[in-house]
Amino acid sequence: MLLRFLEALGSYVLRRLESLGGVVLLYASIFRQLRGGLRWRSIIHQMSHLGVDSLNIVMLTLLFTGVVITLQTAAKFIEFGAQGTIGGVVAIAIGRELGPVLVGVVCAGRVGAAITAEIATMKVTEQIDALRVMAVSPESYLIVPRMLACMLVVPVLTVFGDVVGVAGGWATAVYYSGISSYTFMNGLHMFTEVFDLTGGMIKAIFFGNAIAVLGCHYGLTCPAGAEGVGKATTKTVVTSIIVIFILNAVLTFILF
Amino acid sequence: MIQLVDVCKSFENKEALKHINLGINEGETLAIIGGSGSGKSTLLRLLIGLIRPTSGEILVRGRDMARMDEAQLDELRLHMGMVFQYSALFDSMSVGDNVAFGLREHTNKSEAEIARIVREKLALVGLEGVEQMMPNELSGGMKKRVGLARAIAIEPSIIFYDEPSSGLDPIMTERIDELIVSTRQRLGVTSVVVTHDMASACRIADRIAMIYEGELIAVDTTENFKQLRDERVQAFFHTLRTVK
Repeated sequence: MLLRFLEALGSYVLRRLESLGGVVLLYASIFRQLRGGLRWRSIIHQMSHLGVDSLNIVMLTLLFTGVVITLQTAAKFIEFGAQGTIGGVVAIAIGRELGPVLVGVVCAGRVGAAITAEIATMKVTEQIDALRVMAVSPESYLIVPRMLACMLVVPVLTVFGDVVGVAGGWATAVYYSGISSYTFMNGLHMFTEVFDLTGGMIKAIFFGNAIAVLGCHYGLTCPAGAEGVGKATTKTVVTSIIVIFILNAVLTFILF
Repeated sequence: MIQLVDVCKSFENKEALKHINLGINEGETLAIIGGSGSGKSTLLRLLIGLIRPTSGEILVRGRDMARMDEAQLDELRLHMGMVFQYSALFDSMSVGDNVAFGLREHTNKSEAEIARIVREKLALVGLEGVEQMMPNELSGGMKKRVGLARAIAIEPSIIFYDEPSSGLDPIMTERIDELIVSTRQRLGVTSVVVTHDMASACRIADRIAMIYEGELIAVDTTENFKQLRDERVQAFFHTLRTVK
């Protein structure tokens, strides 16, 4: 019984280490390809394809997040006479944490899954082999543009999300909780710094990188068949979300 | 041109290819036949450098592919073309962009020149005016022909065909066979065709090699191959006679 448990545990650890090794090797290959020049047209295409299409869902998510934070905090803050801080609390919470993390999670589901599904389908239909046979590196042609596009687009989406989130908070504070617009905006100006926004954007760059590279990794290592594509897509979303949360904790320690 | 010396390939504990010794001459068409799972596709993937042998040497013009790094393999692949079993056309690109892909990646030709070459190569495989179509709008036979046009666009000296007749009706199979023969005649390329279709192999090949359970059991000219007494070879010809 114990032996079987240890065997299963060992096998699980080995599988995880193998997957981690695969990601490390992929990063090594990506860095080698980065020295060979960038495909700007492809990067812009990916930014449009992966980023612009995610704008609506990102804005919707952050709008309601801003609304809910204000709803949850406003009553208590008013009770303690601290309504003047609500604008700052909402902006800091969204700018530093909720903005980048929620945009990261939304992009893991929307962008990471799309990258994996596309690359896995290309692998299953031998299109990746066709690239290699035509002396074109899949890392250079497929992965680097997606990685750079995500690293550029996720911070931009975060800024949009932050603005919409704070706007949602402002609307709730003014039209539901009865706080004046001046009080909300004054709190925002008093308690926030530019780094609350840029710090969140730095986090988003790392999240974008992780989402794209994990999406590509699981796409390239996808087992054959439609079931394999489905499993690879799920793995990308789950692993990306876990990595985003871990990265967020580490980056919060470092940045703030 | 290509020489395989004692090539073995294993996947985990399974030996896919066992001690293969085979030479491919310049300008010839060699058909590699064998049943499903015999190792013929593995052999093709070794020849194009998509996988590396467990042991042995694959000498291309005297240089061992097994010891080359990716950059050296890429340089070699510029002289190779491949037609995939299911065509492997890039489904996000039009037919024209598929055929032009190698030219855009590896040459400095102008777009006008590339467009002219694309039209010319598509005409060679009997397709005209399809440049703007997407791969999902094509039939299986048309996809194979676009795959061939893409393979010959960069004017390789050797073309690999993976199961060119798979999934096609007998008439389309004959047309693809004719294309393989005419491509060789027009361009003077060396061709390696992996197939399980004996009739097709007899129509197109100068020599036939047979792989059986990972071993190369016979290689000879098409005429001599038909006379071989080996029952595994005869089993393949038996299916051909039954069809006739």
